[in-house]
Parts: sequence; structure tokens; C-alpha cells
Amino acid sequence: MSANNDSIQKTLTVAILLCLVCSVIVAGAAVGLRGKQNENKANDKKIAVLQAADLYVEGQPVADQFTQISTRIVNLEAGRFATDAELQEIRDAGLTVENFDQKKSSKTPALSRALSSEEDEASIKRLEKYAAVFIVGGSDHIEKIILPVHGYGLWSTLYGFLALEGDMDTIVGLGFYSHAETPGLGGEVDNPKWKALWVGKKVFNDQGNVAISVVKGGAEAGNPYQVDGLSGATLTSRGVSNLVRFWVGGKGFGELLNKLKGQGA
Amino acid sequence: MSDLKKVLTEPLFSANPIAVQILGICSALAVTTSLNVTLVMCLALTSVTACSNFGIALIRNHIPNNIRIIVQMIIIASLVIVVDQILKAYAYEVSKQLSVFVGLIITNCIVMGRAEAFAMKNGPVLSFFDGIGNGLGYSVVLVSVATVRELFGSGKLFGFEILPLIQDGGWYQSNGLLLLPPSAFFIIGGFIWILRTVKTEQVEAPDFKILPNTEHSGGH
Repeated sequence: MSANNDSIQKTLTVAILLCLVCSVIVAGAAVGLRGKQNENKANDKKIAVLQAADLYVEGQPVADQFTQISTRIVNLEAGRFATDAELQEIRDAGLTVENFDQKKSSKTPALSRALSSEEDEASIKRLEKYAAVFIVGGSDHIEKIILPVHGYGLWSTLYGFLALEGDMDTIVGLGFYSHAETPGLGGEVDNPKWKALWVGKKVFNDQGNVAISVVKGGAEAGNPYQVDGLSGATLTSRGVSNLVRFWVGGKGFGELLNKLKGQGA
Repeated sequence: MSDLKKVLTEPLFSANPIAVQILGICSALAVTTSLNVTLVMCLALTSVTACSNFGIALIRNHIPNNIRIIVQMIIIASLVIVVDQILKAYAYEVSKQLSVFVGLIITNCIVMGRAEAFAMKNGPVLSFFDGIGNGLGYSVVLVSVATVRELFGSGKLFGFEILPLIQDGGWYQSNGLLLLPPSAFFIIGGFIWILRTVKTEQVEAPDFKILPNTEHSGGH
């Protein structure tokens, strides 16, 4: 029996049959569950948006809660909402506008550019041309604006959302939906107590410069521009500080925020 | 029937894959910071071990000897991908925390070890239960490690507060070391120590004997 098993013919037959059976099982599972997985992923991101804006109510359907939020594509360089021609450019590059995948766009050459090392405060390597921001309230009167932010911490790129009040200055919330920092140390960026420290802080000082930062060893009491660093996670804290400063700065949403500030609120 | 009972219960303590055979330590360090995640990981590993054992035992008489490890790997890898996909669909939160470690079940020595040592020689049903038994043996160690780590590392069990932390206005100063992977080494070490104190037959004979101190009379 075993001598028979080791013939070339038998070896090939077993190998091919096994591969066929296994590939059918794997493909079946992947295709059969894809719908549910994509739904989870989309929901997860929506929950992160809602949580950053302090609007999330647990237990209610996410899709219903998300109706109060509208999505707008922003041209980062020009600091304004994208024109129709620019939306077409996104579609031409093979991405959708409705479910804009910013992560993917940063890897698309037509929709992003490489950052030089002195520009690259948040260590993201490539900066995308467009970003999807989320707005609560009408376009003439913005109640809250939720900005996607990302940047490198200690081990991983942190992806999250920063929500600002209609004055484009006061922070409503900051939260990350994807990162791989050390649980219990850098992973404490998810700790509600730490996230609560951001609420009510100001991003810009009176001269309109970016002033917010995470400080090591305790923020001064009452200083609206400082947030306590996480103990035992100096590098993650620095990463979060850098990425927030980067995205509200000139290369991120700085221009847009400036314009919206001038318009109203 | 007694065979069945034996393959199910023996791996729990007398032939525990982690504590006695010292297999599958890697994931025991990585996924034991919280009980929730640990339980899902144990469930995933147990089902993969059981099903891969079943599958391999089913075709054991047809597996050509010179590609048997590859055949085992293909079956194990396919099952792991299926488990990963199921987790992503039905336990998204936990699967995010487990991240790469579900995928790493493929390289978990327990799964390969049982396939090669047991399923290649025994029938499918018995192999299936051997897989369950070994998965449970793995779970016993992981759950005890995770209980210690979560309770003393973050003062919680299953995410519910047991020991109120000082940061939150309680009295317990959490032990940060327990949240880092190396702490699992100490706990597994302790587990093995206790096990060998109770079950003395597990104590291995020393590899060499240290000679008793001798007094030198001559001068050097």
C-alpha cells in the first residue's frame, strides 16, 4: 500500500485533488462571507465617526444614526470641497466617491504624492490629494466636522477621526478605529478616560497657528492646548501628537478649516 | 469508549500540550491579555485541531509519504483561513484584536504535532476527539494565564471591573508587566511547576548529575 502511495502518479493525483477540494472550501468561505464582512468593516468606520462626534448611541442601528451625517470630499491642497471635475478624477482612478477609500487613494499615484522627510511630520510617507470629511448640520451652518487622521505611532499606523465644533477650533473628540499599539500601554489611546482629555481643547492659538500637542509628564492645568501623554507610551503619545498637528496643519485640513471659519459659525 | 475518554481527558493535565510537551507557546504569550480574546482563540484552535485531525485521518492511507507534511499543511491552512473568515464575519471586534494570531494557528506546533503524531496513525473519529482534547488542554493553560494577566494586569475579568484601579479612583495598582508578553512565560512556568508538584511522574530525570562538593586536600 505505502509503496503504491509513493508512486509519482499517486502523489500527483493526491496533491491535485487535495488542492482542488481545499481551494473550493476556502473560496466558498471567502465569497460566502464577504457581504457580512464588508458590512462589518463599513459599520466599524461609521461607529468610529459617530463616536468621535460624540453622537453614538449604543444598540441602535448604525445606518439610522449615520443619516444625520453627510460626507464631503475635500481637496486638501486647495483647502476646499472638491469640484465635480475633481470627483470625476477620483472615479477615473477607480475609486468611488460615495464610499471613498482614503487608504487606497494614498497608494494610487494619480491621487497622492510622496512627502519629503521634513514635510512628513506624521510619518505617513504619501499624502493623498483628497480626503472624505463628515459633516453634522447643513453646509451653510456646520455644527460639527469630523476629519480623518492617520499617522505612525510606535508599531503601527493609527487611523482615526478628529471631530471639531462648528468654530473649527474646539475639539469634540478623537478616536482611533485601527492601530496595533501595545495593549495596555500605547493601546490606551482607546481608553475612554484618555480620550475624554481631548474634549474641549483648542487646536489653534489666537494667532491661528496650530497649538495643540500631547505633552509628556502632565499638561498644565487649564491650558487649552495641552493634553496629558499616556504613561509608559511616550512614542505612541508623540505619534498621536504629530498626527493631530499634521492633519490640522497646512498640509492637512488647515486651509479648509480656515476658510470654513471665515464663512460663519 | 475508554479510548475516546482517554484521548479527551489525557491532554488536559497528564499530557498537556503546552505544559508537558511545551508546544504552542508562541500564541500563549500573545493572546492572553484579556479573557474574551483568549476564549475565541482557544475555540478557533480547538476547532482547527479537531477538523484537521479528522481530515488527515480520513485520507491517511492515501497520503504519499514524501509529501505528507505538505498535505497536512494544506489541510490545516485551509481550515485556518475558513476560521479567520468566519471570525471576521461574526465576531468582528474580537477578530480585530486577534489580528495575525488567527492566521498563525497554521504554524502552531500543537496542530501539526497532533496531525503527525496521532491522526496519521488513527481513525477519523478518534483523531477528531484527540484534536478536541488537545485543544482543551491548550485552552486550560491559556485561560489560566489570561485570568491572571487580565485580573492583575488591568483589574478586570471579561472586561468587567473586579479590582478598581487607582487611576479610576480605586485602590489597586495594576501590574504593567503582566500586560507585556514575557509575563506569560512566568505564569506558564508557574503552571508547569504546580503541575509537576502534583503529578510527580512528569518530572524528568536530570540530563546530568552535579557532583557533590569535595574538599581539596592538595594545594593548587
